[in-house]
Amino acid sequence: MFIGHFTERPYQDPKSGYFGATGLPIKDLTLSNEIYDPEVGADLYNRYLDENIYADECGFDGLMLNEHHSTPFCMGGATNVEAAILARITKNAKIVLLGNILPLWDDPLWLVEQLAMIDLISHGRLIPGWVRGTGREMVSHNIPPAYNWERFQEAHEFIVKAWTTSGPFRWEGKHYHYRYVNPWVKPYQKPHPPIWLPGVVSRDSLMWAAEKRIPYIMLATKLDPTRQAFQLYHERAAELGYKSGPQNIGYLWKVHVDETEELAEEAARKYVQGPSNPFLAGNEGTTNLALASLPGMTSRRRVLPTRHAATKYRGGVESIPYEEQIENYSITAGTPKTVLPKIRYVLETLRPGIIFFWDGDGAMTHEEQMRSLRLMKEEVIPAVREMAAELDLPGPDEVDPATGEKIKANGALVAAS
Amino acid sequence: MSQATTAYTEELVSVAGTDLQILKAGSGQPLIVFHDEMGQHTWLRYQQALSEHFEVLIPSHPGYGKSPRLDWIMTMRDMTGWYLQAFDELGIREANVVGFSLGGWLAATIASMCPHHFKKMVLVGAAGIKPPEGEIFDMFMETASEYIKLTVADPLAVEEFSTVCPPTPSPELAEAWEVAREQSVRLSWRPYMHDPALPHLLRRASGIPTLVVWGDQDRIVPLSAGRAYKEAIPGSELAVIQGSGHRPEIEAPDEFLSTVLGFLKDG
Repeated sequence: MFIGHFTERPYQDPKSGYFGATGLPIKDLTLSNEIYDPEVGADLYNRYLDENIYADECGFDGLMLNEHHSTPFCMGGATNVEAAILARITKNAKIVLLGNILPLWDDPLWLVEQLAMIDLISHGRLIPGWVRGTGREMVSHNIPPAYNWERFQEAHEFIVKAWTTSGPFRWEGKHYHYRYVNPWVKPYQKPHPPIWLPGVVSRDSLMWAAEKRIPYIMLATKLDPTRQAFQLYHERAAELGYKSGPQNIGYLWKVHVDETEELAEEAARKYVQGPSNPFLAGNEGTTNLALASLPGMTSRRRVLPTRHAATKYRGGVESIPYEEQIENYSITAGTPKTVLPKIRYVLETLRPGIIFFWDGDGAMTHEEQMRSLRLMKEEVIPAVREMAAELDLPGPDEVDPATGEKIKANGALVAAS
Repeated sequence: MSQATTAYTEELVSVAGTDLQILKAGSGQPLIVFHDEMGQHTWLRYQQALSEHFEVLIPSHPGYGKSPRLDWIMTMRDMTGWYLQAFDELGIREANVVGFSLGGWLAATIASMCPHHFKKMVLVGAAGIKPPEGEIFDMFMETASEYIKLTVADPLAVEEFSTVCPPTPSPELAEAWEVAREQSVRLSWRPYMHDPALPHLLRRASGIPTLVVWGDQDRIVPLSAGRAYKEAIPGSELAVIQGSGHRPEIEAPDEFLSTVLGFLKDG
């Protein structure tokens, strides 16, 4: 089992007037950055880096970073900058990028170089996942949404080739063109750093991950549709003639632990009081319908069972009360004693080999996050590892997602038992 | 005002390596109507009126309506190149053309490349030139129906508005809008709805008598772009329709028709 920590790194500014339960409603890409306070930004970037250092010390297998643009709910506009810092100041955890928004890059050779540098500086701790991004990102960086999927696939092929093929070579594609590809940096991990793919609604993306034998991580989707989507992955893998398993699938959901039930509830209610995060389902953010359905961005037909849930849960238009989110496992909060059975239920339902606890988000404070991380270290992570062993939920560092074969401690493959 | 009768035929013509959906009506000199960024989905009164004087041909550009998308068409100049092949194959020379919004951009681009295809040209609220003042409204920041509402100065004052944009669009129409918007992304995302070279290329169109028609209340392409077109095409005229938005053909159909027919039939 691969256990990761995640926060969206919200821009928390109580004096901004839009923060918290009494904040103003914000429609995506309608909020001017005139209210941005560099002092707040400086403190928060350092806070989230500090929390990641502590999460590393607490024994998390992965520190997950994500990327959004032109929005206060995620400060990770230039995720690779954060990843580069973590590469140097953390010791053990993998740095999991879920991920770089491939279609945004007009020059993905920069990505080849930046990610290889991060992999080297971290001595091979980088997991450079990709995402396709949302309408918000396409508009912010002005990328034609109708070419999102083509650019995603071509950039992936280009990056993998640049990491695995000696240069110089030329690349004459549809969207990318290079006359001289020969970066003077190569990744530490061989043949190249493992690529993971997170997703929410696109059937094309899930099928692509299954075809590439890439672990697929569903982000805060409802349990039953998520299970159905994972089943599609496993069926596709079987069609392709390989055995997928827990090592191929991951799940991210909101988990906060605290010293008492009262403290846990006080903190977890802040998930839905943050700076307008439509992903948190319940705060003041409202989806910009035009941005949510940019023409050609994703197939209007080839969608996953999670779509309705995703639309509802990410919409903010139809925000979900805290109590309902507790009820349906969207938020798991409590003391370790009450949280562990709920985590077990999620593990039994979805059978993932990769999980991320989404914590310290919304309006949560540094102190609340640090308490939760400490209790994760002391009580949650050890117990979840035992559960995973008992439920036979290996992570991708234990069983190779591409082959289903067990990986020895030294990284070599052994035949599947 | 009576409803437009549906005296047109619809054909799928095999041309220039693909199928092209064309609506046809009337007889006489050919008059090509180039639809806008949302596609051609309804038969409107002004179209019927034009067909009483001309053989009106309304193609759905590749990627719109029932005309399949061609993956290699990534810019307006690609689209222009395709149309030149199609015109050659269909024997179209010296046709009149009326282009609306993105369709005006297309007509202007064709005129800048191969002016001999057009006898006279009418550009209505045409995209294609970066407005010297103001900006072209970003259609992709609105849903399809919200965008269409913004194309007219006052939807409630437009008799045919519910034909163009029904309160509850059928699933077929909603899908057709999305198909159109996707092709428009491919043609117009960046630079948005214009080609920096076009004003310079348009000098070549000076031999085509050209009428530029603009609503003074246009919220989509500012009137300054209309003036820029007039300047870019030597000898062209600009007709400003007072009180009208981006779609004078449905907002002020009588004035639009008398202006356009007067221009096309003159001489």
